Amino acid sequence: MKALFRRSEAVVALVLLLAMIGIGALNPAFFSLSNLFSLARSNVVNGIMALGVLTVMISGGIDVSFPAFAIAAMYLTIRLMLAVQWSGVIGPFLLATAIGLALGLLNAALVHGLRMIPLIVTLGTGALVRGALLGLVGTSQINIDRMPPELIRFGSTELVAVRDASGAHIGLSAMILIYLALALLVHLFLGRTLLGRGVYAYGDDREAARRAGFSPPWIVFTVYGLAGALAGFAGLLHASMIWLANPRDFIGLELDVIAAVVLGGASIFGGRGSVPGTMLGVFLLVMISNSLILMHIPTTWQRVVVGLIVIAATAITSWRDRRRLARGLA
Amino acid sequence: MRVWRAPSSETAQHARGLALLIIVIFAVMSLLVPEKFLRPYNFISITYVAPELGLLSLAMMVTMMSGGIDLSVIGAANLASILAGLFFHCVGGAHGAELAGLAWPWVAAGLGIALATGLAAGALNGLLIAGLGITPILATIGTAQILTGLALVLTGGPAIVGFPDRWDAIGNGAVAGLAAPLLVFLAYAALIALLLARTTFGVGLALIGTNRKAATYAGLAVRRIVFLSYVLSGALASSAGIILSGRTNAAKSDYGVSYLLQSVLIAVLGGTDPAGGRGSVIGITLALFALMLLASGMQLLRLSNFLVDAVWGAFLLASIALNLWRSRRAGRT
Repeated sequence: MKALFRRSEAVVALVLLLAMIGIGALNPAFFSLSNLFSLARSNVVNGIMALGVLTVMISGGIDVSFPAFAIAAMYLTIRLMLAVQWSGVIGPFLLATAIGLALGLLNAALVHGLRMIPLIVTLGTGALVRGALLGLVGTSQINIDRMPPELIRFGSTELVAVRDASGAHIGLSAMILIYLALALLVHLFLGRTLLGRGVYAYGDDREAARRAGFSPPWIVFTVYGLAGALAGFAGLLHASMIWLANPRDFIGLELDVIAAVVLGGASIFGGRGSVPGTMLGVFLLVMISNSLILMHIPTTWQRVVVGLIVIAATAITSWRDRRRLARGLA
Repeated sequence: MRVWRAPSSETAQHARGLALLIIVIFAVMSLLVPEKFLRPYNFISITYVAPELGLLSLAMMVTMMSGGIDLSVIGAANLASILAGLFFHCVGGAHGAELAGLAWPWVAAGLGIALATGLAAGALNGLLIAGLGITPILATIGTAQILTGLALVLTGGPAIVGFPDRWDAIGNGAVAGLAAPLLVFLAYAALIALLLARTTFGVGLALIGTNRKAATYAGLAVRRIVFLSYVLSGALASSAGIILSGRTNAAKSDYGVSYLLQSVLIAVLGGTDPAGGRGSVIGITLALFALMLLASGMQLLRLSNFLVDAVWGAFLLASIALNLWRSRRAGRT
């Protein structure tokens, strides 16, 4: 039992459970099927991006450019689809992922080549990409009437659909399957592949990882490339799910996603973090943000709440790390 | 690039590089938009607009010197001016002659409120970073959310418009022909240059950034120095907020968001090492001047704000690359 609670996933899960009970007690509408389905749906885009950020943070880095990359991949892909009358689903998603990947590799090249603090590099690339997109490609939103219909059809696929007492349609988005599949892949990558173990080793102790035979450039290019690719994919998925492409979307999203990853037990010093923890962190944060209205708290408080959660989670993480150091377990 | 040879010191060498950059920007803009760029008005307006960004860049430098960073400066600046604005609206009414003509004791009280907000925000950061040992990036991301969130809660979103005339004079006024904001910036710059060169705090800050363990063994009060650096950062941020609200006669929870990138850029371009240990006030001042010239030139060229942001991003990456190239060259010779 004690060993279980030393795992941060268990602690986050417990907090999540308590929060659910608390919110549900304040407002039983929380447990309605439509609210639970919409919660599950809200996890998808943030969650997919968080998987990339998690990998970067395990390697000891940080990425604040991924929202800009997601928007660039999404908007460029949809604009191209409209310009050349390109339809389909798999092709556009591959393109968006490739754009994200290319931009992520740019981050990696700069982080590795310039030996610069990742925060500064990704601040620069994020501003560069977002500014260039809005300044050169355009700022106009593509609304549902012009959105490629295949994407909309794909984004509104449902796993199950029921009718509530009043006959209203309640559906569970099938997109959560994509999220779960990607989460499983990243989980297996981190836990079961040599390169994945290398990401942990590199984040824990760079020199030791290098001497153990892991190649630092491979790791750096993998983690930032993965973060970019996942962001590009999530960007197009987001547009497909909300039926519009807004190039000004995702501003400030990096904070929510990083907060979720930290909440899930990842350490910015690297070497620590897990996919289940991150998924719980994303769920907790999305749930709290979405439930403020249910709890009769004005939505203007959302940022304060997110900030308090970040501080609390990082304070606990740093306290835990120092206690481990003191015990000589680190 | 022979101009950079014969270095007397690293800082002087860097300053020469920045001076060269200023000359290049000046020459290019003078050629591209001569009649507009060379008007005295253009340079006078820079002395009003630059200082608030300069103060934020100094805050960035001070926190980077110990290997940290303060991402909450914009939040602290906005919350400080919003609290002062709400106070003024409380004592002077929401608008009209009474608010505009508020007597100086009230305005001084407002200044006190704004500065206290900044100091409190800085102390909170310092407590989280130096006291609890939270990573500066995450701690200040968290406090940035809290400060901006509180500003949003207090205002509900829209700007607080209307400040007393005496307050606006801090942002718009002139003393002896010099812009009041410029004087505030110069006063802070002189103070920080003095702190860095002549006090245990300043020398200790650089040592902590270079080698924290050595600084601890040397008997430095590492925690206290780091804590104070964030308090100083908070004071700088709130002063930037005072100037910004005085200049625009308004305060809002999302003013100046693009300043975050720009202040990091100026700090790095000015020779601050984000990994800690190095930073100079002269470097910040020159980098600030260079970027403000570039910004006004781009504005005159009617470049969209988005492209200007893209240019800042590219500039940040280029200045990192340049720093690396220079330090490698220095290492080889």
